[in-house]
Amino acid sequence: MGERIIELRDIKKSYGQVYALGGVNLSVDRGEVVGLIGDNGAGKSTLIKILSGVVRPTSGEILVRGEPVTGWSAARSRDAGIETVFQDRALAVQQTIVRNIFMGRELTGFLGWLKVNKEIEEASRLMREIGFTSKVFTPHSIVGQLSGGERQGVAIARAIYKQAELIILDEPTTALSLTETAKVFHFVRQVRASGRSILFIGHNIHHVFDIADRFVVLDRGKVALTADRSEVKSAEDLINFMEDVAHPGGLPGLHEGAEAEQRA
Amino acid sequence: MSKAMEPDLQTPLGRASGQASKEWRHPSDNWLRGFILDNRAALGTLGVFIVMMAAFMIANPTVFTTWYLYSSVLTTLPVALFVVVPLVFVVTCGEIDLSFPATMGFASWVFALVVQAGYDPFLGIAAAILTGTLLGFLVGSLVVYGGLSSLIATLGMNFLLRGLIQIINEGKSTALTGLSDSWAYAIFSSQVWGIPVQIFWAIAFVVFSALLYNRHRFGAQVKVVGDNPDSAKQMGIDVKRVRVKVFVFVGIGAAIAGTFSVMINFTWWPTAGDGYLLPVLASVFVGGTPTWGGIGTVVGGAIGAVTVSFIQTGVVAAGLSGFYVQFFNGLIIILSLLGHKWNQARYR
Repeated sequence: MGERIIELRDIKKSYGQVYALGGVNLSVDRGEVVGLIGDNGAGKSTLIKILSGVVRPTSGEILVRGEPVTGWSAARSRDAGIETVFQDRALAVQQTIVRNIFMGRELTGFLGWLKVNKEIEEASRLMREIGFTSKVFTPHSIVGQLSGGERQGVAIARAIYKQAELIILDEPTTALSLTETAKVFHFVRQVRASGRSILFIGHNIHHVFDIADRFVVLDRGKVALTADRSEVKSAEDLINFMEDVAHPGGLPGLHEGAEAEQRA
Repeated sequence: MSKAMEPDLQTPLGRASGQASKEWRHPSDNWLRGFILDNRAALGTLGVFIVMMAAFMIANPTVFTTWYLYSSVLTTLPVALFVVVPLVFVVTCGEIDLSFPATMGFASWVFALVVQAGYDPFLGIAAAILTGTLLGFLVGSLVVYGGLSSLIATLGMNFLLRGLIQIINEGKSTALTGLSDSWAYAIFSSQVWGIPVQIFWAIAFVVFSALLYNRHRFGAQVKVVGDNPDSAKQMGIDVKRVRVKVFVFVGIGAAIAGTFSVMINFTWWPTAGDGYLLPVLASVFVGGTPTWGGIGTVVGGAIGAVTVSFIQTGVVAAGLSGFYVQFFNGLIIILSLLGHKWNQARYR
């Protein structure tokens, strides 16, 4: 598929005695959508925090476009072309849409003075591009007044502003309506079509299955499975696999149920 | 990635340009409504001030139409303004700084020492500002890197620094007799057309700070950090550095304020700045900056400072005894807070 945007090698992260990640290898190539799934406590959030630079790994190597990085931080991650849409959306709800889109990346001119008009212009353009326009809100609207889907739109607009090469979507469809979910899916397909990459983290395996080119299953801090789309026939396969991983001996009754569903 | 591979992001629900941009054009129906919405806290404070002054005027029209009353307020008000404005930044950032009275005392002490030693007062001002900067950095670092509660830590620093001043000076003041002949005095503390010149410097400071707050990266980051520090961190903002900077800003403001207060009196007292703690804090909140951080208003804070300065003068001038001052101080604060609560919603 071409160039490797980011690669994690043997990433470990421990909080005191507890290992959240115990040696994870993960890579994302240009133009692919990688679906990351895993149960609660599998280490998904820690992995996202490491990718976005919020948390530093205890050990392991991070390579951006083949080059090992040093001094990894949130600012460095964004500079490297990695944007994250966090599950909680990471918005400052008392601020305007403009201020949120340019959070940490203010458009400034002479001596750090803001280019206010340019920011408004760009914010309007971004919101239009992703289809989150309305007569009700403007770039000056306070984010706290927006609905969940509209807030998601602001977070996504912020992520696409700098033509990011990798966009990490952490549970982007949680708590969204069907139309809003469809918008997010549409957005993911557009980004892929443009030759950029997405790491899609989802609780809903059906959502991930619908959208991803490659699946990575995380379990208790380790990668339990990496599979191309061609290797997985249905979302049920993934669900069964995850159940197997979670309960190696198999839970009595659980498997029969799943198989019965498949037969039916 | 070639240009041809750019996403076709124009297609989704909104049409790219043309009519959509018109719908997005304006913040509100008209500029006046937009202005009122953007500045409702400051305008509310202005309303409180006007009502209060009207009440004083009615109570004692003769005193409140004499210039002397305003002249005396305009002499002392600038001292408060130089600390109220930076404190708006601190409170917006989700912190508080109670150490500024001691910083005022400390920086103005350095000013007094330099002037007393026979150096030019300009050098004294520079030394005072440097002292304020360093003290602000010290207090900020202690709070931010020490991970301490700013309420308690800055209260402690206030006592600590004031104690140091008292120990070294043993309560003795310093008279600066030659100050009134200096250029610095003429520029910073004299009168033009009967108006105390300090107020012009203070207004310039308020305008500059309001721009810093609304039109500069510093103000933008202060608001975001106060609003949601976790998000600010996730978006690559150095949250700790922004927090330290607001304390440094208070240190600078306190140094200027302390220097101005010495220049008014030609004397430095070891207690310099002490009386400003509560009126200045009251001014910030009367001005419409809420306690929870993320939003605030510099201009509102300045109007709050004017209001608080006029309470004392006004109550006495209106013919009531000095015993009423505290009561009216409290009344104005409580009424302002109620008004602001009604005036602004809190988004979570």
